[in-house]
Amino acid sequence: MPSQIVSLVVNGEPREFIARPGVTLLAVLREALGLTAAKRGCAQGSCGTCTVLVDDRPAPACLIAVETVADCSVRTLEGVAVGGNLDEVQSSFVDNFATQCGFCTAGMIMVAEALLDRDPDPSEEDVAEAISGNVCRCTGYRPIMIAILDAARRRRGESVEGIEGTAPARPAEEAVSR
Amino acid sequence: MTYRLAPIDKSPFAAEREDDFTVIGSVVQRSDARGHVTGRTEFFEDVAPPGLLHLKMHRSARHHARIRGVDLTEALAVPGVVRILTHADIPNNLYTPLKLIGVEPDDEPILAVDKVRYLGEPICAVVAESEAAALEGAARVRVDYEDLPAVFDVEEALAEGAPLVNEYHGRNFFTYEGHHCRRIRFGDVEKAFGQADHVFEWRYESAPIEQAPTETTGCVVIPQADGRLRIHSDTQACFFTLDNTALILGVPFNKLRIVGGTVGGGFGGKVDVIVEPVACVAAMMTDRPVKFVYNRYEEMQVSSPRAAERIYIKDAVMNDGRIIGRKVTLYVDSGAYARHTPYGTTKAAAHMPGPYSIPNVWADCHCVFTNRTPSSAMRGFGVTIGDFALESQMDRVARALSMDPLQLRLLNAYRDGDLKAHRKVAEGTALVEVVQKAAEMVGHELPEAYRRMSSTTREGL
Repeated sequence: MPSQIVSLVVNGEPREFIARPGVTLLAVLREALGLTAAKRGCAQGSCGTCTVLVDDRPAPACLIAVETVADCSVRTLEGVAVGGNLDEVQSSFVDNFATQCGFCTAGMIMVAEALLDRDPDPSEEDVAEAISGNVCRCTGYRPIMIAILDAARRRRGESVEGIEGTAPARPAEEAVSR
Repeated sequence: MTYRLAPIDKSPFAAEREDDFTVIGSVVQRSDARGHVTGRTEFFEDVAPPGLLHLKMHRSARHHARIRGVDLTEALAVPGVVRILTHADIPNNLYTPLKLIGVEPDDEPILAVDKVRYLGEPICAVVAESEAAALEGAARVRVDYEDLPAVFDVEEALAEGAPLVNEYHGRNFFTYEGHHCRRIRFGDVEKAFGQADHVFEWRYESAPIEQAPTETTGCVVIPQADGRLRIHSDTQACFFTLDNTALILGVPFNKLRIVGGTVGGGFGGKVDVIVEPVACVAAMMTDRPVKFVYNRYEEMQVSSPRAAERIYIKDAVMNDGRIIGRKVTLYVDSGAYARHTPYGTTKAAAHMPGPYSIPNVWADCHCVFTNRTPSSAMRGFGVTIGDFALESQMDRVARALSMDPLQLRLLNAYRDGDLKAHRKVAEGTALVEVVQKAAEMVGHELPEAYRRMSSTTREGL
């Protein structure tokens, strides 16, 4: 089969590229388009580090032959911050120490974006379900869940003060006395 | 010699406490967080130089075998295959993990020469224009094996007549300054067993544990115009990678430049210098950038895990809970090669008999070679499994005596000034206070006498 020209709308911009048959969406994003936020963790759809949004739904980019999503809208972590400003999910991940090595972060943020887009007020169980396909090996699930719940509050315009278990809300004196 | 008097001595910092501290006790944003949440943090595989070649290994399909011949004909015919490296292409074909701190012999070829010693051992490296071509080439290498008996159990490996795993050592164990294991001899355990009210002996065992980082081990090597090699790596140990690679390539250290510091999870699994040397040789021979990265299967199968251990602990115990003797026989499964396991085994010996003052201690800690995947570093390696065994032993002793396990620990915990089995005087001990605090936090009631115990005194014992 010959290579073909494939079009995608990536982070709102129409993009065209030449794709060999069967080349993955992840390879196209990283190698053809230079968008390296999505990571190759397992290349078999089981770790979630390559998660991007295809027509607003989380998808493992490592398993998708790019021609099967031609003309779809694809959103990656590079498209989340607007004009250099972090969005609620990103700033909440920073404030709640929801990153450690950073390798799972892109996938975690993209599933969080998809979750909050369809449900602005998710329960803890909803968040656990949303990130259940994404592996974090620095044992950070708890801070990640707290960050996503905090991001939901921020997006709803609620105060970010006094959220239990989050770092910014803990008084410095209390931390010292421990 | 003076020993401090309080379990937590704050006096050295007394003056500093008056300084204007701004970090401890306040919330500080991680310096790398913004990069992580925007996807701008650069991991090694985000580097994509033009003309990049891909390296894939042909690996041993046998646990233990002589290599009678390697046929590269079919592999070289695969379109896109540029070059296939064998052991003859590696300037100094032995890994040198601990040579610079005096731990020898080097015992592991970068690419197998005449023998393979574990399933998945690298035999030749296929360098190709695409990952697919490299994989296809690696699959088409033909190796003619003559099978050898293999051994997978540490005690079987040490038994008479076991197959010899690693000829560089000549025996199936690492030799420590002329001794067959790391040893502790303190007092007389056999006498203690004779005097004890009870003797308890149990066996503990662990399986190998893979670190399983989300980012697999790998590197991208880019030849520079000035003749140097720039190595983008996810190593946990940049300088280690630099010196080991230079020794293997036979080049001065200043011919290499390591770009690292961004590690997508390591946990000890990215301390061994395994992928960089062969990728560097491939880059030098082709004068093109080369990427060598493990796939998930390789990460699980051939990257070195935490060693499996088998530990026998025999305790001489009095009716009141005092442990008067402890004998430990510990086997660490190094796999087919040493890597960092001789060091881990030394750590295991240094950790015995746990944080307890026991007057008679005997320990033999063996670093054993088997035909399993070489083990190496992982979070507290050499210590963690020993602790599992020691603390399980403490719980079982307490249960056998119908005694509170925390009281058993308080009774035997080392105190400041105690002479430890290694002939070091304990200082800065805090186990008593930690156990007391833990009991308080979980609402576990301790008798008054145990609440009054302290690390600074042997009163109440």
